[in-house]
Amino acid sequence: MNTNTSTNSALQTWLVLVFAFISGFIIMAIELLGGRILAPYFGSSIFVWGSIITVFMLSLSIGYLCGGKLSLLKPNLKLYGSFFAGAAVLLLPLVFAGNQIMEAIFLRIEDPRYGSLVVSMLLFFLPTAVMGMIAPYSVRLLVSSTHGSGHVAGKLYFISTLGSALGTLATSFYLVLWFEVNQILITMCLVLLCTGFIAIIADLKGDDI
Amino acid sequence: MQTSENTIVRKQLVWKNFKTEILVVLAISLIIFAKDMLAQNGIRYIHQERSLYRNILVTEDTQRRCLRFTITSRSGQNQSCRFLDQPRELVFPYAKMSLSSLLVQDQPQRILIVGLGGGTLSDTYSLLFPDTEIVISEIDDAVVRVASEYFDFKETDKISVDVGDGRVFIKRQGLRGEKYDLVILDAFNGEYIPEHLMTKEFLEEVKRLLPENGMVLANTFSTSRLYAAESNTYREVFGEFFNIRMNGTGNRVIVASMQPLPDQETLVSRAPAIRERLEQFGMDITEFPKLMSTEITWDTNQRILTDQYSPANLLNN
Repeated sequence: MNTNTSTNSALQTWLVLVFAFISGFIIMAIELLGGRILAPYFGSSIFVWGSIITVFMLSLSIGYLCGGKLSLLKPNLKLYGSFFAGAAVLLLPLVFAGNQIMEAIFLRIEDPRYGSLVVSMLLFFLPTAVMGMIAPYSVRLLVSSTHGSGHVAGKLYFISTLGSALGTLATSFYLVLWFEVNQILITMCLVLLCTGFIAIIADLKGDDI
Repeated sequence: MQTSENTIVRKQLVWKNFKTEILVVLAISLIIFAKDMLAQNGIRYIHQERSLYRNILVTEDTQRRCLRFTITSRSGQNQSCRFLDQPRELVFPYAKMSLSSLLVQDQPQRILIVGLGGGTLSDTYSLLFPDTEIVISEIDDAVVRVASEYFDFKETDKISVDVGDGRVFIKRQGLRGEKYDLVILDAFNGEYIPEHLMTKEFLEEVKRLLPENGMVLANTFSTSRLYAAESNTYREVFGEFFNIRMNGTGNRVIVASMQPLPDQETLVSRAPAIRERLEQFGMDITEFPKLMSTEITWDTNQRILTDQYSPANLLNN
Protein backbone atom coordinates (compact mmCIF):
# COMPACT_ATOMS: atom_id res chain seq x y z
CA MET A 1 0.00 0.00 0.00
CA ASN A 2 2.78 2.31 0.90
CA THR A 3 4.26 1.74 -2.49
CA ASN A 4 1.35 3.51 -4.08
CA THR A 5 1.94 6.96 -2.67
CA SER A 6 -0.28 8.72 -5.15
CA THR A 7 -3.40 8.00 -3.09
CA ASN A 8 -2.11 7.06 0.35
CA SER A 9 0.53 8.86 2.25
CA ALA A 10 2.55 6.83 4.70
CA LEU A 11 1.14 9.01 7.46
CA GLN A 12 -2.42 8.15 6.55
CA THR A 13 -1.60 4.46 6.52
CA TRP A 14 -0.14 4.67 9.98
CA LEU A 15 -3.00 6.73 11.31
CA VAL A 16 -5.60 4.33 10.00
CA LEU A 17 -3.81 1.31 11.42
CA VAL A 18 -3.42 2.93 14.85
CA PHE A 19 -7.04 4.09 14.81
CA ALA A 20 -8.27 0.64 13.83
CA PHE A 21 -6.35 -0.73 16.80
CA ILE A 22 -7.91 1.84 19.12
CA SER A 23 -11.43 1.13 17.91
CA GLY A 24 -10.91 -2.61 18.35
CA PHE A 25 -9.57 -2.04 21.85
CA ILE A 26 -12.44 0.19 22.91
CA ILE A 27 -15.23 -1.95 21.45
CA MET A 28 -14.23 -4.97 23.49
CA ALA A 29 -13.43 -2.97 26.60
CA ILE A 30 -16.96 -1.55 26.52
CA GLU A 31 -18.52 -4.92 25.82
CA LEU A 32 -16.74 -6.33 28.84
CA LEU A 33 -17.76 -3.42 31.04
CA GLY A 34 -21.31 -3.92 29.78
CA GLY A 35 -21.64 -7.00 31.95
CA ARG A 36 -20.53 -5.01 34.96
CA ILE A 37 -22.86 -2.14 34.15
CA LEU A 38 -25.96 -4.30 33.75
CA ALA A 39 -25.35 -6.61 36.72
CA PRO A 40 -26.87 -4.37 39.43
CA TYR A 41 -30.19 -4.31 37.57
CA PHE A 42 -30.33 -7.58 35.68
CA GLY A 43 -27.87 -9.80 37.48
CA SER A 44 -25.01 -11.76 36.03
CA SER A 45 -27.04 -14.65 34.72
CA ILE A 46 -25.96 -16.15 31.43
CA PHE A 47 -28.71 -14.39 29.49
CA VAL A 48 -27.37 -10.99 30.52
CA TRP A 49 -24.17 -11.82 28.68
CA GLY A 50 -26.32 -13.21 25.89
CA SER A 51 -28.10 -9.86 25.57
CA ILE A 52 -24.89 -7.87 25.56
CA ILE A 53 -23.12 -10.04 23.01
CA THR A 54 -26.20 -10.16 20.79
CA VAL A 55 -26.47 -6.38 20.74
CA PHE A 56 -22.77 -5.91 20.06
CA MET A 57 -22.82 -8.37 17.18
CA LEU A 58 -25.99 -6.87 15.78
CA SER A 59 -24.78 -3.29 15.98
CA LEU A 60 -21.38 -4.15 14.56
CA SER A 61 -22.98 -5.96 11.64
CA ILE A 62 -25.15 -2.96 10.85
CA GLY A 63 -22.17 -0.66 11.35
CA TYR A 64 -20.14 -2.68 8.84
CA LEU A 65 -22.94 -2.41 6.33
CA CYS A 66 -23.33 1.36 6.73
CA GLY A 67 -19.59 2.01 6.87
CA GLY A 68 -19.12 0.06 3.67
CA LYS A 69 -21.89 1.98 1.99
CA LEU A 70 -20.45 5.33 3.10
CA SER A 71 -17.02 4.38 1.80
CA LEU A 72 -18.43 4.51 -1.74
CA LEU A 73 -18.66 8.30 -1.61
CA LYS A 74 -15.35 10.12 -1.78
CA PRO A 75 -13.61 8.45 1.17
CA ASN A 76 -11.86 10.95 3.38
CA LEU A 77 -10.27 11.20 6.80
CA LYS A 78 -12.71 13.86 7.90
CA LEU A 79 -15.70 11.54 7.82
CA TYR A 80 -13.51 8.80 9.26
CA GLY A 81 -12.61 11.04 12.19
CA SER A 82 -16.23 11.94 12.73
CA PHE A 83 -17.04 8.25 13.31
CA PHE A 84 -14.72 8.32 16.30
CA ALA A 85 -16.01 11.62 17.62
CA GLY A 86 -19.60 10.47 17.00
CA ALA A 87 -19.03 7.24 18.91
CA ALA A 88 -17.59 9.24 21.82
CA VAL A 89 -20.69 11.43 21.95
CA LEU A 90 -23.03 8.46 21.64
CA LEU A 91 -21.30 6.80 24.60
CA LEU A 92 -22.17 9.72 26.88
CA PRO A 93 -25.69 8.51 27.78
CA LEU A 94 -24.11 5.28 29.03
CA VAL A 95 -21.91 7.28 31.38
CA PHE A 96 -24.32 9.97 32.51
CA ALA A 97 -27.76 8.44 32.23
CA GLY A 98 -27.04 4.72 32.36
CA ASN A 99 -28.56 4.18 35.80
CA GLN A 100 -31.69 6.17 35.01
CA ILE A 101 -32.24 4.26 31.77
CA MET A 102 -31.68 0.91 33.46
CA GLU A 103 -33.94 1.85 36.34
CA ALA A 104 -36.72 2.84 33.94
CA ILE A 105 -36.48 -0.44 32.02
CA PHE A 106 -36.11 -2.46 35.21
CA LEU A 107 -39.42 -1.02 36.43
CA ARG A 108 -41.21 -1.67 33.15
CA ILE A 109 -39.91 -5.10 32.18
CA GLU A 110 -40.10 -7.81 34.80
CA ASP A 111 -38.28 -10.53 32.87
CA PRO A 112 -34.53 -9.83 33.21
CA ARG A 113 -33.87 -11.49 29.83
CA TYR A 114 -35.85 -8.91 27.90
CA GLY A 115 -34.96 -6.16 30.33
CA SER A 116 -31.26 -6.69 29.72
CA LEU A 117 -31.80 -7.00 25.97
CA VAL A 118 -33.73 -3.72 25.77
CA VAL A 119 -31.21 -1.92 27.96
CA SER A 120 -28.32 -3.24 25.90
CA MET A 121 -30.02 -1.93 22.78
CA LEU A 122 -30.56 1.49 24.33
CA LEU A 123 -27.08 1.83 25.80
CA PHE A 124 -24.82 0.08 23.33
CA PHE A 125 -26.46 -0.10 19.93
CA LEU A 126 -25.68 3.36 18.54
CA PRO A 127 -22.09 3.80 19.76
CA THR A 128 -21.16 0.28 18.74
CA ALA A 129 -22.81 0.58 15.32
CA VAL A 130 -20.84 3.77 14.67
CA MET A 131 -17.64 2.06 15.80
CA GLY A 132 -18.50 -0.78 13.43
CA MET A 133 -18.48 1.69 10.54
CA ILE A 134 -14.78 2.27 11.14
CA ALA A 135 -13.67 -1.17 9.93
CA PRO A 136 -14.89 -1.17 6.30
CA TYR A 137 -14.10 2.52 5.98
CA SER A 138 -10.53 1.85 7.10
CA VAL A 139 -10.21 -0.75 4.36
CA ARG A 140 -11.37 1.74 1.77
CA LEU A 141 -8.93 4.38 3.00
CA LEU A 142 -5.99 2.04 2.65
CA VAL A 143 -6.87 0.03 -0.43
CA SER A 144 -5.29 1.32 -3.59
CA SER A 145 -5.71 -1.64 -5.87
CA THR A 146 -7.98 -4.64 -6.22
CA HIS A 147 -4.93 -6.80 -6.13
CA GLY A 148 -3.85 -5.59 -2.69
CA SER A 149 -7.33 -5.31 -1.18
CA GLY A 150 -7.28 -8.68 0.56
CA HIS A 151 -3.89 -7.91 2.00
CA VAL A 152 -5.05 -4.56 3.32
CA ALA A 153 -8.23 -6.06 4.77
CA GLY A 154 -6.22 -8.82 6.42
CA LYS A 155 -3.83 -6.36 7.95
CA LEU A 156 -6.70 -4.26 9.28
CA TYR A 157 -8.55 -7.24 10.72
CA PHE A 158 -5.30 -8.28 12.33
CA ILE A 159 -4.63 -4.95 13.94
CA SER A 160 -8.18 -4.23 15.07
CA THR A 161 -8.74 -7.74 16.42
CA LEU A 162 -5.41 -7.55 18.19
CA GLY A 163 -6.72 -4.31 19.70
CA SER A 164 -9.85 -6.16 20.78
CA ALA A 165 -7.80 -8.89 22.39
CA LEU A 166 -5.71 -6.39 24.31
CA GLY A 167 -8.77 -4.32 25.21
CA THR A 168 -10.39 -7.39 26.73
CA LEU A 169 -7.26 -8.37 28.60
CA ALA A 170 -6.37 -4.93 29.89
CA THR A 171 -9.92 -4.21 31.06
CA SER A 172 -10.59 -7.50 32.79
CA PHE A 173 -7.16 -7.96 34.34
CA TYR A 174 -6.20 -4.46 35.35
CA LEU A 175 -8.46 -1.53 34.50
CA VAL A 176 -11.37 -2.71 36.67
CA LEU A 177 -8.93 -3.22 39.52
CA TRP A 178 -7.54 0.28 39.27
CA PHE A 179 -10.45 2.44 38.14
CA GLU A 180 -14.17 2.89 38.40
CA VAL A 181 -16.28 1.84 35.45
CA ASN A 182 -17.20 5.42 34.60
CA GLN A 183 -13.59 6.56 34.80
CA ILE A 184 -12.68 3.94 32.22
CA LEU A 185 -15.62 4.90 30.01
CA ILE A 186 -14.88 8.62 30.16
CA THR A 187 -11.24 7.98 29.34
CA MET A 188 -12.34 5.97 26.34
CA CYS A 189 -14.67 8.75 25.23
CA LEU A 190 -11.76 11.17 25.43
CA VAL A 191 -9.48 8.85 23.47
CA LEU A 192 -12.15 8.49 20.79
CA LEU A 193 -12.61 12.26 20.65
CA CYS A 194 -8.86 12.87 20.34
CA THR A 195 -8.60 10.20 17.67
CA GLY A 196 -11.44 11.83 15.77
CA PHE A 197 -9.86 15.27 15.94
CA ILE A 198 -6.47 13.97 14.89
CA ALA A 199 -8.08 12.35 11.85
CA ILE A 200 -9.93 15.54 10.98
CA ILE A 201 -6.77 17.64 11.38
CA ALA A 202 -4.80 15.20 9.25
CA ASP A 203 -7.50 15.54 6.62
CA LEU A 204 -7.25 19.34 6.59
CA LYS A 205 -3.47 19.19 6.41
CA GLY A 206 -3.73 16.68 3.60
CA ASP A 207 -5.87 19.18 1.70
CA ASP A 208 -3.24 21.88 2.15
CA ILE A 209 -0.56 19.76 0.53
CA MET B 1 29.86 -56.85 10.13
CA GLN B 2 26.75 -58.90 10.08
CA THR B 3 26.71 -59.52 13.77
CA SER B 4 27.28 -55.91 14.61
CA GLU B 5 24.49 -54.91 12.25
CA ASN B 6 22.27 -57.45 13.92
CA THR B 7 23.21 -56.04 17.26
CA ILE B 8 22.30 -52.58 16.14
CA VAL B 9 18.96 -53.76 14.80
CA ARG B 10 18.37 -55.67 18.02
CA LYS B 11 19.35 -52.68 20.09
CA GLN B 12 16.96 -50.51 18.14
CA LEU B 13 14.22 -53.04 18.66
CA VAL B 14 14.93 -53.18 22.36
CA TRP B 15 14.85 -49.42 22.56
CA LYS B 16 11.60 -49.33 20.67
CA ASN B 17 10.06 -51.88 23.00
CA PHE B 18 11.45 -50.03 25.93
CA LYS B 19 9.86 -46.83 24.73
CA THR B 20 6.52 -48.57 24.40
CA GLU B 21 6.94 -49.97 27.87
CA ILE B 22 7.66 -46.56 29.29
CA LEU B 23 4.57 -45.20 27.63
CA VAL B 24 2.43 -48.04 28.93
CA VAL B 25 3.79 -47.59 32.43
CA LEU B 26 3.18 -43.87 32.24
CA ALA B 27 -0.36 -44.38 31.00
CA ILE B 28 -1.13 -46.90 33.72
CA SER B 29 0.29 -44.75 36.46
CA LEU B 30 -1.69 -41.82 35.13
CA ILE B 31 -4.88 -43.85 35.29
CA ILE B 32 -4.07 -45.06 38.79
CA PHE B 33 -3.20 -41.53 39.85
CA ALA B 34 -6.42 -40.12 38.42
CA LYS B 35 -8.48 -42.88 40.02
CA ASP B 36 -6.69 -42.26 43.26
CA MET B 37 -7.48 -38.57 43.06
CA LEU B 38 -11.15 -39.35 42.72
CA ALA B 39 -11.21 -42.15 45.23
CA GLN B 40 -9.31 -40.16 47.83
CA ASN B 41 -10.34 -41.30 51.29
CA GLY B 42 -12.88 -43.59 49.74
CA ILE B 43 -14.88 -40.75 48.25
CA ARG B 44 -17.46 -41.86 45.74
CA TYR B 45 -18.93 -39.56 43.16
CA ILE B 46 -22.63 -40.21 43.21
CA HIS B 47 -23.76 -37.40 40.96
CA GLN B 48 -22.04 -35.15 38.50
CA GLU B 49 -23.47 -32.56 36.16
CA ARG B 50 -22.50 -29.41 34.38
CA SER B 51 -25.09 -26.70 34.85
CA LEU B 52 -25.20 -23.32 33.15
CA TYR B 53 -23.10 -21.85 35.92
CA ARG B 54 -20.85 -24.54 37.31
CA ASN B 55 -19.91 -28.14 37.74
CA ILE B 56 -22.04 -29.76 40.36
CA LEU B 57 -20.74 -32.82 42.13
CA VAL B 58 -22.22 -34.87 44.90
CA THR B 59 -19.69 -36.99 46.73
CA GLU B 60 -20.04 -39.48 49.50
CA ASP B 61 -17.65 -41.29 51.80
CA THR B 62 -18.42 -43.55 54.71
CA GLN B 63 -19.38 -40.63 56.94
CA ARG B 64 -20.80 -37.83 54.89
CA ARG B 65 -22.35 -36.66 51.70
CA CYS B 66 -21.12 -33.41 50.18
CA LEU B 67 -21.99 -30.95 47.46
CA ARG B 68 -19.15 -29.53 45.40
CA PHE B 69 -18.99 -26.94 42.70
CA THR B 70 -15.60 -27.89 41.38
CA ILE B 71 -13.72 -30.96 40.23
CA THR B 72 -10.48 -30.23 42.01
CA SER B 73 -10.05 -32.18 45.19
CA ARG B 74 -8.49 -29.35 47.13
CA SER B 75 -9.82 -29.37 50.64
CA GLY B 76 -12.36 -26.76 51.52
CA GLN B 77 -14.04 -26.99 48.17
CA ASN B 78 -17.18 -28.55 49.54
CA GLN B 79 -20.16 -26.24 49.46
CA SER B 80 -22.21 -28.19 51.84
CA CYS B 81 -21.92 -31.50 53.67
CA ARG B 82 -24.02 -33.60 55.95
CA PHE B 83 -23.25 -36.59 58.12
CA LEU B 84 -25.04 -39.70 56.92
CA ASP B 85 -25.94 -40.89 60.42
CA GLN B 86 -26.64 -37.46 61.92
CA PRO B 87 -28.03 -35.31 59.15
CA ARG B 88 -28.83 -32.43 61.50
CA GLU B 89 -25.34 -31.98 62.81
CA LEU B 90 -23.64 -29.08 61.11
CA VAL B 91 -20.43 -30.15 59.41
CA PHE B 92 -18.97 -26.74 58.73
CA PRO B 93 -18.01 -24.11 61.26
CA TYR B 94 -19.54 -21.38 59.11
CA ALA B 95 -23.02 -22.80 59.61
CA LYS B 96 -22.49 -22.76 63.36
CA MET B 97 -21.02 -19.30 63.18
CA SER B 98 -24.18 -18.25 61.34
CA LEU B 99 -26.40 -19.60 64.09
CA SER B 100 -24.56 -17.52 66.64
CA SER B 101 -26.49 -14.59 65.18
CA LEU B 102 -29.38 -15.90 67.29
CA LEU B 103 -27.61 -14.29 70.20
CA VAL B 104 -28.33 -10.94 68.57
CA GLN B 105 -31.90 -11.60 67.52
CA ASP B 106 -33.52 -14.93 68.15
CA GLN B 107 -37.01 -14.82 66.67
CA PRO B 108 -36.83 -14.21 62.93
CA GLN B 109 -40.32 -14.09 61.41
CA ARG B 110 -39.31 -14.10 57.79
CA ILE B 111 -35.94 -15.14 56.38
CA LEU B 112 -34.39 -14.55 52.97
CA ILE B 113 -31.44 -16.74 52.00
CA VAL B 114 -29.39 -15.89 48.92
CA GLY B 115 -27.65 -19.04 47.70
CA LEU B 116 -29.15 -22.45 48.41
CA GLY B 117 -26.16 -24.79 48.24
CA GLY B 118 -27.13 -28.09 49.79
CA GLY B 119 -29.89 -26.37 51.74
CA THR B 120 -28.10 -26.64 55.09
CA LEU B 121 -29.04 -23.20 56.38
CA SER B 122 -32.59 -23.41 55.14
CA ASP B 123 -33.04 -26.83 56.81
CA THR B 124 -31.50 -25.64 60.02
CA TYR B 125 -33.60 -22.52 60.29
CA SER B 126 -36.78 -24.35 59.41
CA LEU B 127 -36.09 -26.91 62.15
CA LEU B 128 -35.48 -24.12 64.62
CA PHE B 129 -38.40 -21.99 63.52
CA PRO B 130 -41.06 -24.21 61.92
CA ASP B 131 -43.51 -21.31 61.58
CA THR B 132 -41.09 -18.92 59.97
CA GLU B 133 -41.36 -18.22 56.28
CA ILE B 134 -38.12 -18.91 54.43
CA VAL B 135 -37.53 -17.56 50.93
CA ILE B 136 -34.47 -18.70 49.02
CA SER B 137 -32.99 -16.98 46.00
CA GLU B 138 -30.80 -19.30 43.93
CA ILE B 139 -29.46 -18.51 40.49
CA ASP B 140 -29.02 -22.09 39.34
CA ASP B 141 -32.05 -24.37 39.05
CA ALA B 142 -29.70 -27.34 38.82
CA VAL B 143 -28.59 -26.64 42.38
CA VAL B 144 -32.22 -26.66 43.52
CA ARG B 145 -32.73 -30.00 41.79
CA VAL B 146 -29.59 -31.54 43.25
CA ALA B 147 -30.43 -30.25 46.74
CA SER B 148 -33.86 -31.88 46.47
CA GLU B 149 -32.55 -35.15 45.10
CA TYR B 150 -29.51 -35.67 47.27
CA PHE B 151 -29.93 -33.45 50.33
CA ASP B 152 -33.63 -33.85 51.14
CA PHE B 153 -34.35 -30.24 50.43
CA LYS B 154 -38.07 -29.64 50.06
CA GLU B 155 -40.18 -26.68 49.15
CA THR B 156 -43.14 -26.44 51.50
CA ASP B 157 -45.81 -23.87 52.27
CA LYS B 158 -43.19 -22.20 54.45
CA ILE B 159 -40.12 -22.69 52.26
CA SER B 160 -40.00 -21.37 48.72
CA VAL B 161 -37.29 -20.90 46.13
CA ASP B 162 -37.02 -18.17 43.53
CA VAL B 163 -34.68 -19.21 40.74
CA GLY B 164 -32.86 -16.15 39.50
CA ASP B 165 -30.17 -13.65 40.32
CA GLY B 166 -30.14 -12.59 43.97
CA ARG B 167 -29.53 -8.94 43.20
CA VAL B 168 -32.53 -8.72 40.89
CA PHE B 169 -34.71 -10.53 43.42
CA ILE B 170 -33.70 -8.25 46.27
CA LYS B 171 -34.20 -5.11 44.20
CA ARG B 172 -37.72 -6.22 43.26
CA GLN B 173 -38.60 -7.26 46.81
CA GLY B 174 -37.47 -3.83 47.97
CA LEU B 175 -39.63 -2.08 45.38
CA ARG B 176 -42.62 -4.10 46.58
CA GLY B 177 -41.91 -3.04 50.15
CA GLU B 178 -41.33 -6.63 51.28
CA LYS B 179 -39.53 -7.05 54.60
CA TYR B 180 -37.34 -9.84 55.94
CA ASP B 181 -36.03 -9.63 59.46
CA LEU B 182 -33.13 -11.89 58.63
CA VAL B 183 -31.30 -11.76 55.31
CA ILE B 184 -28.60 -14.38 54.84
CA LEU B 185 -26.07 -13.87 52.08
CA ASP B 186 -24.50 -17.23 51.35
CA ALA B 187 -23.55 -16.95 47.70
CA PHE B 188 -19.86 -16.33 48.10
CA ASN B 189 -18.17 -19.65 48.59
CA GLY B 190 -17.77 -20.80 45.04
CA GLU B 191 -14.81 -20.49 42.73
CA TYR B 192 -16.33 -17.35 41.29
CA ILE B 193 -17.57 -14.54 43.49
CA PRO B 194 -20.66 -12.71 42.24
CA GLU B 195 -19.20 -9.22 42.33
CA HIS B 196 -22.52 -7.41 42.13
CA LEU B 197 -23.52 -8.99 45.45
CA MET B 198 -20.68 -7.34 47.34
CA THR B 199 -21.16 -3.68 46.61
CA LYS B 200 -22.31 -0.80 48.77
CA GLU B 201 -25.35 -0.27 46.52
CA PHE B 202 -26.31 -3.92 46.90
CA LEU B 203 -26.02 -3.77 50.67
CA GLU B 204 -28.19 -0.68 50.65
CA GLU B 205 -30.80 -2.63 48.72
CA VAL B 206 -30.53 -5.39 51.33
CA LYS B 207 -30.91 -2.82 54.08
CA ARG B 208 -34.14 -1.67 52.50
CA LEU B 209 -35.60 -5.14 53.18
CA LEU B 210 -34.79 -5.01 56.86
CA PRO B 211 -37.38 -3.89 59.41
CA GLU B 212 -36.41 -2.00 62.55
CA ASN B 213 -35.00 -5.07 64.23
CA GLY B 214 -33.69 -6.65 61.01
CA MET B 215 -30.37 -8.33 60.65
CA VAL B 216 -28.10 -9.34 57.82
CA LEU B 217 -25.76 -12.27 57.97
CA ALA B 218 -23.08 -12.91 55.38
CA ASN B 219 -20.83 -15.89 54.99
CA THR B 220 -17.73 -14.50 53.31
CA PHE B 221 -13.97 -14.28 53.12
CA SER B 222 -11.41 -13.86 55.80
CA THR B 223 -8.25 -13.52 53.77
CA SER B 224 -6.78 -11.36 51.01
CA ARG B 225 -7.46 -7.74 50.21
CA LEU B 226 -11.07 -8.69 49.69
CA TYR B 227 -11.45 -9.16 53.45
CA ALA B 228 -10.58 -5.53 54.04
CA ALA B 229 -12.55 -4.19 51.09
CA GLU B 230 -15.63 -6.08 52.12
CA SER B 231 -15.33 -5.18 55.78
CA ASN B 232 -15.06 -1.50 54.93
CA THR B 233 -18.08 -1.77 52.65
CA TYR B 234 -20.27 -3.37 55.35
CA ARG B 235 -19.07 -0.82 57.84
CA GLU B 236 -20.03 2.00 55.48
CA VAL B 237 -23.58 0.69 55.11
CA PHE B 238 -24.36 -0.88 58.48
CA GLY B 239 -21.85 0.67 60.83
CA GLU B 240 -20.33 -1.60 63.44
CA PHE B 241 -20.90 -5.32 62.87
CA PHE B 242 -19.95 -8.60 64.48
CA ASN B 243 -17.10 -10.29 62.72
CA ILE B 244 -17.07 -13.99 63.54
CA ARG B 245 -13.94 -15.92 62.76
CA MET B 246 -12.82 -19.36 63.77
CA ASN B 247 -9.50 -21.10 63.50
CA GLY B 248 -9.23 -23.63 60.75
CA THR B 249 -11.71 -22.05 58.39
CA GLY B 250 -11.25 -19.57 55.56
CA ASN B 251 -14.74 -18.26 56.18
CA ARG B 252 -15.84 -15.46 58.36
CA VAL B 253 -19.37 -14.53 59.14
CA ILE B 254 -20.60 -10.97 59.30
CA VAL B 255 -23.60 -10.16 61.45
CA ALA B 256 -24.91 -6.65 61.03
CA SER B 257 -28.04 -5.32 62.63
CA MET B 258 -30.38 -2.36 62.31
CA GLN B 259 -30.30 -2.13 66.10
CA PRO B 260 -27.22 -1.27 68.14
CA LEU B 261 -25.25 -4.46 68.75
CA PRO B 262 -25.48 -6.09 72.19
CA ASP B 263 -22.30 -6.03 74.23
CA GLN B 264 -20.24 -9.09 75.11
CA GLU B 265 -21.92 -9.46 78.47
CA THR B 266 -25.38 -9.53 76.96
CA LEU B 267 -24.29 -12.13 74.40
CA VAL B 268 -22.91 -14.33 77.15
CA SER B 269 -26.05 -13.95 79.21
CA ARG B 270 -28.30 -14.90 76.29
CA ALA B 271 -26.41 -18.05 75.35
CA PRO B 272 -27.69 -20.48 78.03
CA ALA B 273 -31.31 -19.89 77.06
CA ILE B 274 -30.84 -21.12 73.49
CA ARG B 275 -28.06 -23.59 74.15
CA GLU B 276 -30.33 -26.61 74.33
CA ARG B 277 -32.17 -25.80 71.11
CA LEU B 278 -28.90 -25.68 69.22
CA GLU B 279 -27.40 -28.87 70.62
CA GLN B 280 -29.10 -30.96 67.94
CA PHE B 281 -26.85 -29.23 65.41
CA GLY B 282 -23.73 -30.31 67.19
CA MET B 283 -22.81 -26.92 68.57
CA ASP B 284 -22.36 -25.33 71.92
CA ILE B 285 -23.57 -21.75 71.59
CA THR B 286 -21.85 -20.69 74.79
CA GLU B 287 -18.54 -20.97 72.97
CA PHE B 288 -19.51 -18.36 70.44
CA PRO B 289 -19.86 -15.00 72.20
CA LYS B 290 -16.09 -14.74 72.53
CA LEU B 291 -15.73 -15.20 68.77
CA MET B 292 -18.08 -12.31 68.04
CA SER B 293 -15.96 -9.26 67.77
CA THR B 294 -16.50 -5.73 66.55
CA GLU B 295 -12.81 -5.04 66.47
CA ILE B 296 -11.35 -3.70 63.25
CA THR B 297 -8.79 -6.24 62.12
CA TRP B 298 -8.33 -5.06 58.57
CA ASP B 299 -6.83 -2.25 56.56
CA THR B 300 -9.35 0.58 56.71
CA ASN B 301 -7.69 2.29 53.76
CA GLN B 302 -8.75 -0.44 51.36
CA ARG B 303 -11.24 1.03 48.90
CA ILE B 304 -14.86 0.07 49.47
CA LEU B 305 -16.68 -1.93 46.82
CA THR B 306 -19.30 -0.14 44.74
CA ASP B 307 -21.17 -0.87 41.53
CA GLN B 308 -18.51 1.27 39.89
CA TYR B 309 -15.62 -0.53 41.53
CA SER B 310 -16.04 -4.17 42.44
CA PRO B 311 -13.08 -6.31 41.38
CA ALA B 312 -13.85 -8.84 44.11
CA ASN B 313 -12.40 -11.77 42.22
CA LEU B 314 -9.20 -9.90 41.47
CA LEU B 315 -8.86 -8.73 45.06
CA ASN B 316 -9.27 -12.30 46.25
CA ASN B 317 -6.17 -13.49 44.39
